[in-house]
Amino acid sequence: MNARIVPGAALAVLVAGAALLSFAWTPGEVTGVDIPARLQPPSAAHLLGTDQFGRDILSMLMVGARTSLAVALVAVGIGMGLGVPLGLAAAARRGSWLDEVIMRGNDLVFAFPSLVIAILITAVAGPGAVNAIIAIGIFNVPVFARLSRGAALPVWQREFILAARVAGKGAPRISAEHVLPNIANLLIVQGTIQFSLGILAEAGLSYVGLGAQPPVPSWGRMLAEAQTLVAIAPHVALMPGLAIVLTVLGLNLLGDGLRDALDPRLRSTR
Amino acid sequence: MTRLLAPLAVALLAALPAAAQQTDLTLAIQLEPPGLDPTSNAAGAIDSVLYANVFEGLTRFAADGTIEPALAESWDISEDGTTYTFHLRTGVTFHDGTAMDAEDVRFTLDRARGPDSTNAQKALFENIAEVSVIDPQTVEVRLAQPDGGFLTNMAWGDAVIVAPDSIDAIASAPVGTGPFAFDRWVQGDRIDLVRYSGYWGAAPALETATFRFISDPTAAFAAMMAQDIDVFAGFPAPENLPQFEADPRFRVLTGTTEGETILAMNNHSDPFDDPLVRAAVAHAIDRQAIIDGAMFGLGTPIGTHFAPHNPDYVDLTDLSAHDPDRARTLLAEAGLSEGFTTTLKLPPPSYARRGGEIIAAQLRAVGIEAEIVNLEWAQWLEEVFTGHDFGLTVVSHTEPMDINIYARPDYYFQYDDATFRGLMRDLAATADPAERSVILADAQRRIAEDHVNAFLFQLAFPTVADARIEGLWENQPTQANPLAGVRWTE
Repeated sequence: MNARIVPGAALAVLVAGAALLSFAWTPGEVTGVDIPARLQPPSAAHLLGTDQFGRDILSMLMVGARTSLAVALVAVGIGMGLGVPLGLAAAARRGSWLDEVIMRGNDLVFAFPSLVIAILITAVAGPGAVNAIIAIGIFNVPVFARLSRGAALPVWQREFILAARVAGKGAPRISAEHVLPNIANLLIVQGTIQFSLGILAEAGLSYVGLGAQPPVPSWGRMLAEAQTLVAIAPHVALMPGLAIVLTVLGLNLLGDGLRDALDPRLRSTR
Repeated sequence: MTRLLAPLAVALLAALPAAAQQTDLTLAIQLEPPGLDPTSNAAGAIDSVLYANVFEGLTRFAADGTIEPALAESWDISEDGTTYTFHLRTGVTFHDGTAMDAEDVRFTLDRARGPDSTNAQKALFENIAEVSVIDPQTVEVRLAQPDGGFLTNMAWGDAVIVAPDSIDAIASAPVGTGPFAFDRWVQGDRIDLVRYSGYWGAAPALETATFRFISDPTAAFAAMMAQDIDVFAGFPAPENLPQFEADPRFRVLTGTTEGETILAMNNHSDPFDDPLVRAAVAHAIDRQAIIDGAMFGLGTPIGTHFAPHNPDYVDLTDLSAHDPDRARTLLAEAGLSEGFTTTLKLPPPSYARRGGEIIAAQLRAVGIEAEIVNLEWAQWLEEVFTGHDFGLTVVSHTEPMDINIYARPDYYFQYDDATFRGLMRDLAATADPAERSVILADAQRRIAEDHVNAFLFQLAFPTVADARIEGLWENQPTQANPLAGVRWTE
């Protein structure tokens, strides 16, 4: 354990816990409006105050965490699910036409500014959480494809791979049984970092109105709607902003800490 | 070095007083027009830029909403009220230099009422039986029925006089008779107008005017605070108005509009073809909450489709008072005690986006699940206004005296009622103000009792302006920003 994992994991668990808890209980109303109670500062009744429609901000943040985590989680899942097999295949057939096609295809996706393309996708396919997931997921594919190819190449030079080949195992089986376990640490670390980027991307998309649609709360949209209210009720903008910052910070700390703990290269230099 | 700079400083100081009186103005509005032809496009944003600036009609709306002469200097009305003889102003020219005469008026009216007409308010011209040119300065318009509202009809932005030669390019290069000529349109950004030297009336104080389009409330606030724009007509974030009021650099005008903001229901589609369901929706809505929550208190509740500042207005808000229990009972009577799901399609303005979110919550409270779909204006016009593909929508009807849209079964909310159409026929045939008042009251009551739409509030019109500018319209008797009388005071 190191100094980063603990606070990072604590923040991540806090956010995930709040999201899970929101399925069963929230301190206030999330979809109902209560206009007379709007824009109240934090108080005992509303720990983080109320928004422009009188909804409890803490409750909205809890339900919004659900949206953020779900979108980021599935997007990273798509990235890993497609990217890792592609990267492993490219590594197994190094130098072949397959390798070229996969990696140049990844370069192509990588070459576009990801958020701009995500905006394009949601603009064409319509706004909504599902399209946001697809848009963010697509841009996670090359990240994992490159990482797994790069990490798998040295593994393929190792003696135990040679032994497996002698034993008659094919490339797909070797990739799954011997290469993947050896690069899993790296993938976990990268996954954590991509997860935090996914949360930022989701916030960005919903900020411009292309993420989850109302009345489903989303941190980015809460921030966007609070913009003109900053002078009157700063807490309405501050709270979702803080939620995004703390979540991303927590995941980055966790990712860094995990890398220090898991990466064999870093471990040997210590 | 000092010796070199000194004369320069003197020159700069000398130049300062000359620059004090500005003759250019940058005015921002929220929406960009989709095209620039007011005679073939329903978008109100066209009139916001062009009405009384580039285009003029026979008559026009004055700042107080009364009808005053424009291109027609005067008119005679026959005894039976069916023949209007318009005497045109002399010396009026289009911006391309050609003279505006009776032939242009006939062309305009015949084009608007013709079978190929794409005029968005064709109903304004339906009653015209014949337009004849008496001489170049005189036009005679014969009506099928007497119509007390004809002079008002002719003041609409949809009835402005256009030149026959300009029609092909009118949507991108409009040519009118107004005090300003169209200069250029940078799509997505601005429209530039320049003073027209051949204008028939008093020359405007401004030499150039730029209309900019800023739809984002935050950007609007920032642009105004940075004084990148001189005026914002229809400021989109009412919550920021107190800040402008407190700042001596600015002046805030809160005017009235003809904008009846309604929750429109698709009267032709299930379940809104059932009056009980419409009544349930109307009772589920809490107007004051919408005005407070979406407009920060700016706006007057309405109970029918009529402007409260109009002397003929009848307060019918009690007919659709907020009563969720009543709404649930009505739904049960309609056989929908389980509630139902529908769409709520929202155009960009904050009254719709914010109001829509509040409305969705209020409807949810009585069991109606309204799924919010946010649309851009072009999509809204296509899907909702033209395509009739919606359950509910929130929109403000900014045309003046437009209760007659309820007599048009093909109008987007598709209210089809013979009684109401009869009232509108009576109204058109009545010239006596007292009798008209009675008919208008009946008409207001009819649509309110039928709960055609849920009537929300009359849109207020906040304008934020540089404190040194005078002559702006405070109220919006029609959607327009006439700049002929606007000037900088210092």
